[in-house]
Amino acid sequence: MPPPLQAHRLLISHRRIPTPARRRFSAVSSVQSPPAKTLAPGPAASSILSIRESLLSGERSAAEITAEYLSRIRRTEPSVRSFIHVADSEAVREAEELDRRIASEGKDALGPLAGVLVGVKDNLCTANMPSTGGSRILEGYRPAYDATAVRRLREAGAIVVGKTNLDEFGMGSTTEGSAFQVTTNPWDESRVPGGSSGGSASAVSARQCVVSLGSDTGGSVRQPASFCGVVGLKPTYGRVSRFGLMAYASSLDVVGCFGSSVSDTATILSVVAGHDKMDSTSSSQNVPDYASELVSLDSLESKPLNGLRIGIIQETLGEGVDSGVATSIKAATLHLEQLGSVVEEVSLPSFSLGLPAYYILASSEASSNLSRYDGIRYGRQVSADDLNELYGESRSNGLGHEVKMRILMGTYALSAGYYDAYYKRAQQVRTLVKKSFEDALKRFDILVSPAAPSAAYKIGEKINDPLAMYAGDIMTVNVNLAGLPALVVPCGFVEGGSAGLPVGLQMIGSPFSEVTCVIADI
Amino acid sequence: MNAGLFFTTLHRPPLARFTTRAESAQATEPKAAPQSIQMATKEAAQLKMQGFEAVIGIETHVQLSTVTKAFCSCPYNYGSQPNSTICPTCMGHPGTLPVLNEKVVECAVKLGLALNCEISMTSKFDRKQYFYPDLPKGYQISQFDIPIAKKGYIDLDLPMEFGGGHKKFGITRVHMEEDAGKLLHSDSGSYSQVDLNRAGVPLLEIVSEPDMRTGIEAAEYGAELQRIVRYLGVSNGNMQEGSLRCDVNVSVRPFGQSEFGTKILLHKEGQADQIVQETRLWDESSQKTFTMRKKEGLADYRYFPEPDLPEVVLNNDYIDEIHKSMPELPEAKRRRYENMGLSMQDVLFLANDDNVARFFDSTLEHGSDAKLAANWIMGDIAAYLKNEKLTIDEIKLSPLELSELIASIKNGTISGKIGKEASPYFVLILVELIANGGTVKAVIEEKDLVQIADPAAIEAMVDKVIADNPKQLEQYRAGKTKLQGFFAGQVMKASKGKANPVLLNKILGEKLNAN
Repeated sequence: MPPPLQAHRLLISHRRIPTPARRRFSAVSSVQSPPAKTLAPGPAASSILSIRESLLSGERSAAEITAEYLSRIRRTEPSVRSFIHVADSEAVREAEELDRRIASEGKDALGPLAGVLVGVKDNLCTANMPSTGGSRILEGYRPAYDATAVRRLREAGAIVVGKTNLDEFGMGSTTEGSAFQVTTNPWDESRVPGGSSGGSASAVSARQCVVSLGSDTGGSVRQPASFCGVVGLKPTYGRVSRFGLMAYASSLDVVGCFGSSVSDTATILSVVAGHDKMDSTSSSQNVPDYASELVSLDSLESKPLNGLRIGIIQETLGEGVDSGVATSIKAATLHLEQLGSVVEEVSLPSFSLGLPAYYILASSEASSNLSRYDGIRYGRQVSADDLNELYGESRSNGLGHEVKMRILMGTYALSAGYYDAYYKRAQQVRTLVKKSFEDALKRFDILVSPAAPSAAYKIGEKINDPLAMYAGDIMTVNVNLAGLPALVVPCGFVEGGSAGLPVGLQMIGSPFSEVTCVIADI
Repeated sequence: MNAGLFFTTLHRPPLARFTTRAESAQATEPKAAPQSIQMATKEAAQLKMQGFEAVIGIETHVQLSTVTKAFCSCPYNYGSQPNSTICPTCMGHPGTLPVLNEKVVECAVKLGLALNCEISMTSKFDRKQYFYPDLPKGYQISQFDIPIAKKGYIDLDLPMEFGGGHKKFGITRVHMEEDAGKLLHSDSGSYSQVDLNRAGVPLLEIVSEPDMRTGIEAAEYGAELQRIVRYLGVSNGNMQEGSLRCDVNVSVRPFGQSEFGTKILLHKEGQADQIVQETRLWDESSQKTFTMRKKEGLADYRYFPEPDLPEVVLNNDYIDEIHKSMPELPEAKRRRYENMGLSMQDVLFLANDDNVARFFDSTLEHGSDAKLAANWIMGDIAAYLKNEKLTIDEIKLSPLELSELIASIKNGTISGKIGKEASPYFVLILVELIANGGTVKAVIEEKDLVQIADPAAIEAMVDKVIADNPKQLEQYRAGKTKLQGFFAGQVMKASKGKANPVLLNKILGEKLNAN
């Protein structure tokens, strides 16, 4: 264990730069705009842009930037434990290779993400690194290919610095469900980072990497973004290819992005989004340059959100929601109003139905998707005398408690005689939820809510109370059922830890309106 | 798997009917009832005597001959080195997703139309879930409640040797799905290996209505289906390679009962009747069936819609386009041949093999008379094929040359027959053309097969034969005039078949009747 002081220092440095208030103003207008450092004192709001400028000006080399991040990982990882695998030597090698190319080919060698260190959730396949999905059953498994999102990041020049921790196969809201380690929240190491993409959120929060990829099936990007005080984006279903994402619930899963600014998050979304012939459910809708759509910091005085209609979802600020969270959200909406938008309350009558429907559908699909982990072709195989024993032992040893529970629930829900009462009914609820969002989004450009009913809670607090943990997903699951895009940005703090705990504001838009969401965040 | 069917299999070898029937349909040889069909017929007759009838429905899996698999871009070639045509997707690796091969839809629509089905303008895929080592994902991508085609029928003509007759059997549904891999069991039985080459290969499952009542009907249903997929080019239909697989559901009920039996009456020699519902496997080597698994209620496959694939949505233009591209199917062909005045025997022989039908049609296109062309194809050509174990598309004789040959018989240049026998001279030319190719004219010239039409030369041969057979001459002149045929044959033999038969018979008659 490192001296606690280091972790403490990390937190201080982390908070010093993006104060909650400044964070909301952290976006810059576009890559082509004047360098970020002229807009605000101190470091650039966009880390991606700042890295790019450093490389272009020759101020720092990719190797130096990489070394800086790797050294921070070495210092902080013993307490944060964001990574299941750190690819330090590969990262150094790739950075040096990039420096050589810049030297020989000049600036043209720079892809849009050149030298940007990316953390990748370990349920996304990476060809040269282990990919476990946080599960024992895939311990030591190395995929034969890169997930499309990872491939696109690499092609844009990004350097994958490692694989981040998660709840096994994405099933959980705390990252305690990882088979390998418990990740802590950089704001208070006695607390969970959220989940399931807890490692990706904490890694960005602790500046162990610039940006990261996660996945969001019922809130797995947004809730940890809220808990860790970073920006998290859950794109529209189909916006980013799922090819290479270990399926949890195929009709709900999306690959999402984390960054320390909206600009960075938007930039990586532009890179990973778009149709992929390897994923039939990926959309062929045009991919705009999301970052270039951001409102310039210069225009903040001129009510840039003039006319934007924002609806606060009534059902998300009532009972069961931490009062500090509700206060932060209300303050944020006031701020949005000051920027020119029209804010009203809106009711989504089917909101409370979403949670049970989500758990039935997600578990049903999971029970099917996880059948492939049978120990036959890859992963952990327990040798046995007969086939049933081989399956039984391999799966009962290889899969964790939460995963087994969801497989059992899903198997039950799909069984003959129960299908209509559970799966079919849940699909009907899903249609209702979709419809109520559609109706609301006719009246509003954006719907807002907290990303979670509370800030980060203590490690172990809900580990033995799955229903309490599931209830925490109430803010996010409906959005997955409806397939909508949603952005979570830090909007305030509540009491807790040594310096307060971050609270995230969730902004939900119409399908493929990631742009509107991103614009709204200024 | 269709709810309307019953899942029972009779103890007698239902698959045998198919295997044998299909194989005989494949070779272009004249009909000889396969032993198993005769057996089946006999057994059906026994059943009938006992006051029972069999009710038979068939599920057929047809492996499509697409270039790549159903949901990934791996090729599939029967007999490849194990696990040589696999990829992360068809191995069910984490994160992989299926992408539908559009050719599979095209094949499904083709077959659906050929089976007179309603095509679903919107259908979807579902997951059928069970664990088995040859099933990489733990589920098979299939179609459950909305198949791509349904409510069709198949028309066929039963073979003449079984009494003939036109039959129409209902098709419940046609759906798309993927194949599983194969398990290779070690001799010791201590371990098994998995070959995933076949995993993900596209299949069409065709489910019939339980409309068949005899083994022959079931066999002909299978044979007709095999012809259709071959005519359409959607599958090679080879049973030995597993490209066509039949699951036969058999139940037995008393005559006159309209409900289907849900259980099977299992007959075993020397045992009391007992009712057992089970699936039996046909063993080719011992020509027997064995219990594969007893069905104790239906398995729960926990079907649900495949979330990784969008719905399959078709439009009328697409279907029309496919309709237009379809070849003439066996049933249409049989009716067309029938209308030419050919006998049903001829019709079945010619229409039931795609290659033979193509050869026949092409011969007709070159102007041949249908009846003559049919006779030669079914006679000497078929005999040659049978002897040499060839198929009609493997021989060197072209339909054009056959039509030339037939024309020269018709215009009297050469004679095709002596009495009822094919003229050896003609057969010589025919065999030469079949074996070595070339044109009729060239073969006649090159092989010194020019007909002898010189009366003096024929007269000399006739004289010699008469002189060499004084005994027969004596008998002839004593009134046994049938012996003219014997003399004609001897002369023909002496001329190596080249003597003009008209001239020969004229001169021979004159000589024999002299004095």
